[in-house]
Amino acid sequence: MNQQIQNFLAGIRAEIPLLIGVFPFGMIYGALALNAGLSTAAAQMMSSIVFAGSAQFITTQLVHEATPGLVIVLTIAVVNLRHMLYSASLAPYLASLPTRWKVLLSYLLTDEAYAPTILHYEKEGTTPYAHWFLLGAGCSLWSTWQVSTALGIFLGTAIPESWSLDFALPLTFIAMVVPVLKNQPAIAAALSAGVVALVAFSLPYKLGLILAALVGILVGTILEQRKSTRGIL
Amino acid sequence: MNIWLVMLLGGLITFGMRFSLIYLLAEGRFEIPQTIRRALHYVPPAVLSAIIFPELFLRDGMLDVSLENTRLLAGLVAILVAWFSKNTLVTIIVGMVALFLLQFFF
Repeated sequence: MNQQIQNFLAGIRAEIPLLIGVFPFGMIYGALALNAGLSTAAAQMMSSIVFAGSAQFITTQLVHEATPGLVIVLTIAVVNLRHMLYSASLAPYLASLPTRWKVLLSYLLTDEAYAPTILHYEKEGTTPYAHWFLLGAGCSLWSTWQVSTALGIFLGTAIPESWSLDFALPLTFIAMVVPVLKNQPAIAAALSAGVVALVAFSLPYKLGLILAALVGILVGTILEQRKSTRGIL
Repeated sequence: MNIWLVMLLGGLITFGMRFSLIYLLAEGRFEIPQTIRRALHYVPPAVLSAIIFPELFLRDGMLDVSLENTRLLAGLVAILVAWFSKNTLVTIIVGMVALFLLQFFF
């Protein structure tokens, strides 16, 4: 077996435990996207055009609230900023690849593909075909996401409206946010953003959301900065 | 704005962020400042809370912290479950069941 395929398969193997976790999410996303009023085609295509779980959930919620498009786009940008970190972290390992490879691998660079890949690079270093590992991880995740979305859309049409399925979205966000509240700055960021979101709720174009997010990020960053300078002194 | 345009722009921005530094850092032209790195940690708690709070506390745009606000109560149950179980699916399921029961009884 040649090195390319070996690395590709190793990427898939490393991705499998993550795929098991991703699958129900794709289904939930598909069902909720329909419930929020997206067409079947839009719900399915978002999984390949945007291909970023949390941004897709948030877009679904904002569409449901009839948020103006520009605010949704801005929110997607803020939420996906972290991908620049992944991009920076993988850059040295991918530096020698031709641009078409960089484009393809960038498209596949999600949280779940990044995690096993960076571990692989840190362990094995840059071998000539190491990028096939990311390709394997990314492709298996991509296919799983598309299939689970489709299944969710299919099942979503069968769920009656009286089930208040739209509440599953804020619940999903609660499940995502609670585990990251590990220290004071994170808790302060969450609380300040939440309160600003309530106070600024009536601002036009749902700008309260953007304002609240910025205040929360600022509060968290400042508190952490203070803590670390106090630690030095 | 049309949903397809939103998705297209959102997708382009997402791809752009994933591609940006893989492209730029290879040329050794750019590095992420420490403050930005730090700020990025607070994007999830800030953005998610900014979405969650109005969903739980507001009814028809008005603050409602009464016991009749079933979504707030179910949300609080979900927060507790998320805290102790750290399991996303369990949180969603218990939260949905809680809302269902609360709506049934109140």
